[in-house]
Amino acid sequence: MCLAVPMRVIEIKDNEAVVELGGLKQKINLGLLEKIDVGDYVIVHAGFAIQKLDEEEAEKTLSFLREMAEKL
Amino acid sequence: MRYIDEYRDPGLIQMLMTKIDHLQQHYPKELFLMEVCGTHTMAIFRSGLRNLLPKNIRLLSGPGCPVCVTPNHYLDKAIAYTRRDDVIITTFGDMIKVPGSSSSLEKEKGRGGDIRVVYSVMDALKIAQEYPGKNIIFLGIGFETTAPTLAATIKMAKEKNIQNFSVFSGHKLIPPAMQALVGAKELHIDGFICPGHVSTIIGGRPYGFIAREYKIPCVVAGFEPLDIVQAIFMLIQQIVNQDPPSVRIQYTRSVKEEGNPKALDLMEEVFEIKDSEWRGIGDIPESGLKIRGNFSSFDAEVNIEVEVEDTKENKGCICGPILRGIKTPLDCKLFKKGCSPENPIGACMVSSEGTCAAYFKYGD
Repeated sequence: MCLAVPMRVIEIKDNEAVVELGGLKQKINLGLLEKIDVGDYVIVHAGFAIQKLDEEEAEKTLSFLREMAEKL
Repeated sequence: MRYIDEYRDPGLIQMLMTKIDHLQQHYPKELFLMEVCGTHTMAIFRSGLRNLLPKNIRLLSGPGCPVCVTPNHYLDKAIAYTRRDDVIITTFGDMIKVPGSSSSLEKEKGRGGDIRVVYSVMDALKIAQEYPGKNIIFLGIGFETTAPTLAATIKMAKEKNIQNFSVFSGHKLIPPAMQALVGAKELHIDGFICPGHVSTIIGGRPYGFIAREYKIPCVVAGFEPLDIVQAIFMLIQQIVNQDPPSVRIQYTRSVKEEGNPKALDLMEEVFEIKDSEWRGIGDIPESGLKIRGNFSSFDAEVNIEVEVEDTKENKGCICGPILRGIKTPLDCKLFKKGCSPENPIGACMVSSEGTCAAYFKYGD
């Protein structure tokens, strides 16, 4: 059951957050993570955020592949 | 959709396929790559990647479908729990149609059993608070992605002194299962595509022994088509270049070497490791999770008594060899001849991550 999706945090109250993806909003628990801010992207699984999405790494992966494509 | 659409870029996928083709021309030998995770199996089928890869690259489906590897005995016990008048069973949706020895949760629901599908274990805790006169049992099926959510919820239940909530733990661990597969030597595996969300929790390190001792390279992959193709490229590159086998992370936006330390600490606090039976594989040492003694008031097996019928297996079902990657659904006499998602005979057909369900829905 690896099903999880990246969602954007739009609201935080105590240990819960409201996250959003493509217009869909959901309430989730932040108890598995440390510091999360509004605007962060988190990986959501079964009502919990299991990791903060590393936006720098996300960009690195794509630029690496785009560079590879240019050299081809 | 941000951080999803970019990883579906057809131009980048095509570029990687071209590079894979170039590598394959220098290395025409057949290569067997196993995707451990059922969600990867489904993603691969859905994206049509199997047809785009060179013919010498063969993808094998592994046992990473938690519903599929849950033995009949667990289902039978869940059914026994639901037959008690004081019990409300809460479960992830996939478990509902899975056949046990003589019934299923769906059939029991038809007979009046109080069985509720939930999206999160937290929903089960809320139900327990709404029904103080009932015993709410959550069916804890999943791997390391889900176990921390249960650990957090059990802790919350203890803090709030909720006395009518318990978990029937069927949680299992992925690295021991990978070890059992390579150790059994039934299959030749040239590389592992490791599960991205299990690894979000456990990191890349637990797969180290597969590379070091069994000399098989591992790449931790995300779930979008570009992620999977990049992971396959990274594996083939290692093999063709004859690099010393190692564990690499493709899904760096979610997976760190050390995983999620807070989630791991919670798991360690609430659960201990035990031996576990996997459908189709048998007993794997230290591959399951049991609720620790100081949280035993939340352990359904400790608190709620039931009698369970003797386990019976369906003789025609070859879910076992399919989970071990040595057969495919096309080898099964029952596939599409009596066994279908509406009328599943085995767990691999009913689960949304099951290999048989994938073959049925998307064809070979």
